[in-house]
Amino acid sequence: MTKKIKLSELGSLFGGIDVQALEGVKIEGDVEIDLGQLGMNPQMAYALGHETAQLALHLMNISRILGYPVDQMLGAAPAKPARLSKLIESRFSVGKIEEWKTPIQEVVLGATSSDGGTRKSTITLGGETALPYYFDGPMPHRNHITMDVFDMPINMAKAVKSNYEDVINSPAEWAKKVVRDFGADMVTIHLISTDPNIKDTSPAEAAKTVEEVLQAVDVPIVIGGSGNPEKDPAVLEKAAEVAEGERCLLASASLNLDYARIAEAAKKHNHVVLSWTQLEINAQKELNRKLMKQCGVARENIIMDPTTAALGYGLDYAYTNMERIRLAGLSGDMELNFPMSSGTTNAWGAREAWMVSSPLKEDSDWGPREYRGPIWEIITGLTLSLAGNDLFMMMHPTAVQVLKEITQTLYGGKESEPVNIDNWVAAVI
Amino acid sequence: MKLNSPLQVYKYLPQINCAECGDATCMAFAAHLIDRSKKLDDCPPILKDEYKKKYTELQTLLAPEIREITIGTGEHARRIGGDDVLYRHQLTFFDPTAFAYDVWDTMPEAELVERINKITNFRKFYVGKFLRVDMVAVRCVSGDALKFAGAVKKASETTKLPLILCSFDPAALKAALEVVKDKNPLIYAATEKNWGEVAELALNYKVPVVLFSPDLDKLKSLALTFREMGIKDLVLDPGTYPQGKKLKETFERFIMLRRAGIKEGQKDIAYPIMAVPLNAWLVYKDAVTASYWETVLSSVFTVRYGDIMILHSLEPYAMLPEVHIRDTIYTDPRTPVKVAPGVNEVGSPTKDSPVIVTTNFALTYYTVESDLSSNKINCYLAAVDTDGIGVEAAVAGGQLTAAKIKDTFQKANFDFKDKTSHGTLILPGLAARLQGDVEDVTGLRVMIGPPDSGRIPGWMEKNWPPKPK
Ligand code: SF4
Repeated sequence: MTKKIKLSELGSLFGGIDVQALEGVKIEGDVEIDLGQLGMNPQMAYALGHETAQLALHLMNISRILGYPVDQMLGAAPAKPARLSKLIESRFSVGKIEEWKTPIQEVVLGATSSDGGTRKSTITLGGETALPYYFDGPMPHRNHITMDVFDMPINMAKAVKSNYEDVINSPAEWAKKVVRDFGADMVTIHLISTDPNIKDTSPAEAAKTVEEVLQAVDVPIVIGGSGNPEKDPAVLEKAAEVAEGERCLLASASLNLDYARIAEAAKKHNHVVLSWTQLEINAQKELNRKLMKQCGVARENIIMDPTTAALGYGLDYAYTNMERIRLAGLSGDMELNFPMSSGTTNAWGAREAWMVSSPLKEDSDWGPREYRGPIWEIITGLTLSLAGNDLFMMMHPTAVQVLKEITQTLYGGKESEPVNIDNWVAAVI
Repeated sequence: MKLNSPLQVYKYLPQINCAECGDATCMAFAAHLIDRSKKLDDCPPILKDEYKKKYTELQTLLAPEIREITIGTGEHARRIGGDDVLYRHQLTFFDPTAFAYDVWDTMPEAELVERINKITNFRKFYVGKFLRVDMVAVRCVSGDALKFAGAVKKASETTKLPLILCSFDPAALKAALEVVKDKNPLIYAATEKNWGEVAELALNYKVPVVLFSPDLDKLKSLALTFREMGIKDLVLDPGTYPQGKKLKETFERFIMLRRAGIKEGQKDIAYPIMAVPLNAWLVYKDAVTASYWETVLSSVFTVRYGDIMILHSLEPYAMLPEVHIRDTIYTDPRTPVKVAPGVNEVGSPTKDSPVIVTTNFALTYYTVESDLSSNKINCYLAAVDTDGIGVEAAVAGGQLTAAKIKDTFQKANFDFKDKTSHGTLILPGLAARLQGDVEDVTGLRVMIGPPDSGRIPGWMEKNWPPKPK
């Protein structure tokens, strides 16, 4: 039942009654109070006519008692808030992202004897159906780390070099060491000596190094050229040939070299192509498209490297570029839904990672550099892992260990003793 | 915000194109309101009485999805929250994560002062500015309200940075608030147990307050209850577990809260979120391991939606990556990364000063420039237009060439015969392979500098002035 109170009735209804006394009175049925008829703010009405104002104020008080938000309705200042004695019960809930319907392509690296290779085990990347570590969909495979090995001694930051002094002249020993001692999931052999400006090692000579590494370790491997766009196709062709059937990752095909040759080598000898572009989502789309349409590389044989810039040296671009690529892939862009790889070692190019102290007198003390370098590599990798990166190429053993710990924790693969944080405020540290 | 096109905003503006806001038209101003590069109050006409209704409506419609709250007072006051998007490329993130480092009331006073000074004075130069940290969190470890108030008093006398008062005991919070009631500190925290008394404090002292519960139902209950009592400046701490599955769940809670606030417009929980990476110290006792893990947690929650956090380690190897990752995430992706090409003076160069070449990528340029000026090297620094690409990539990609270098000096009317006594140009070490080309094209003598500009001072000692030919 709805009862409409009219202004004209108010006088007889409440005349002479102390409205406060109405508190606690139970009124049955809905009471519709038509404030619109008043047409003005009661305080203003007061100035206009004593009688109307009297009625209006009565009405307002009653309405408030009945639980009508009169103050908001009139735009008046809210009354002093009530102190509540009980928490307002409520439940929190949030939906999943509907747009993420397209899974990231699964790509297998390495081949065991049953698949025509000699690796002891393989690694699968991709398969995600959400941003990394989100609850929207399963993340079937954890992140993996491949550690760098070079085919000749190179310049390294002191903190890195001290770990490799004993193996620096032997790529095979170096590869063994990173797998045995540092927990590398994979090994990357960088054939940098093939650069015509360095040693101009021949493709055949470089391929021998690849064979040595394949014999030294039984994990899947990445084969990297020197980055020389004229020479790399020949070097990677030869390396692909001697690694026949091993499903190595060939690094890299890019738009500024003859990518078709690298694609062809991968197809012929059963390897995976690393599609490398420089911080440009459209270029990445273009190269992936060319690899698939023009060169006929199968989807399950493509991994992307959209370029890694170090923390403080363009990581904002690298991060956002990767995040955009992953979001596009999940939302159905079939030219971008591939696993990603990061040259996380680039973090060591940041002066904060290797310089003894700040060149700027105005800076606060930078502290010991041996602790700065590994954390620079960790945070660079970690940030990209949150953007969707799957495979990390890294150098420092501590960095590898910590990055594994955090990515596997967020992945859900780490148990721990319960920690009580309820009174962290009073913790003695 | 509830509006997403300039046209929608335009409807509320005076539409008189008076240009007082600095834009030629109301429509142009509307576009700035949408991308949040200007504030509504920048339009003087709309502040007049006749537009009051539209002003109020528009103000509400333009408010960011995540409530923006202010902690502290004066020039060091810090805003947090204020975000409108889930990914930075969709607009940009606002109000960088505030970093508070802790002190505690059982510290000897001298140590407390020293620690606070270290926090206040920390700075790291980066792209034309200093990266700094923001707040001091005072923890009540003693359990003694008076002792806590004493530490808070000392802290407020030592620094102008905003304070966070941390205790679950309302009596301790009250004692501390009495000491700094005019400083707008953030109080930590209201829980399921103490919320009534803490709410009373927030109302009486008019200060922002943190609500703490790892149970999101409870956290929302607390937020609704406080809001109902008229307390709007809320921060949510969904609990930061430092390890294992619980850490994964913590990560998920941050995502859920922010998605609910921004994507689903759930106003009831659309408040800034607090992370406590300091909890790394509850599991790791060794300082290096704990600092590393704390930095890792801090980075995770800087990337994924932490608006304010409490940290412990003051080691440079923790603070440097922390302030850099925050800058990485909060840098506005819309601002250009290039500086204007040209030949600039660093210090007061003379005819004997070196002429150094770099690219117009802002990061490279500012790094080189600060290395030079900090070491008081007077010189000319040429920014070559490489489309904002760094030296190494620009050499590889053909954006840094001999012709471009020559062009830069020509356009700047920089005549080496006139301006220098040596006719020499210094190329970055990473552009060494251009040496021959540049000599041929410019006819100048070309020297190769170090690969990192931080090493220019040492290089100068050995190589400058150049030996006469
Ligand atoms: S000041 Fe206001 S009214 Fe004038 S042009 Fe700008 S937006 Fe329009």
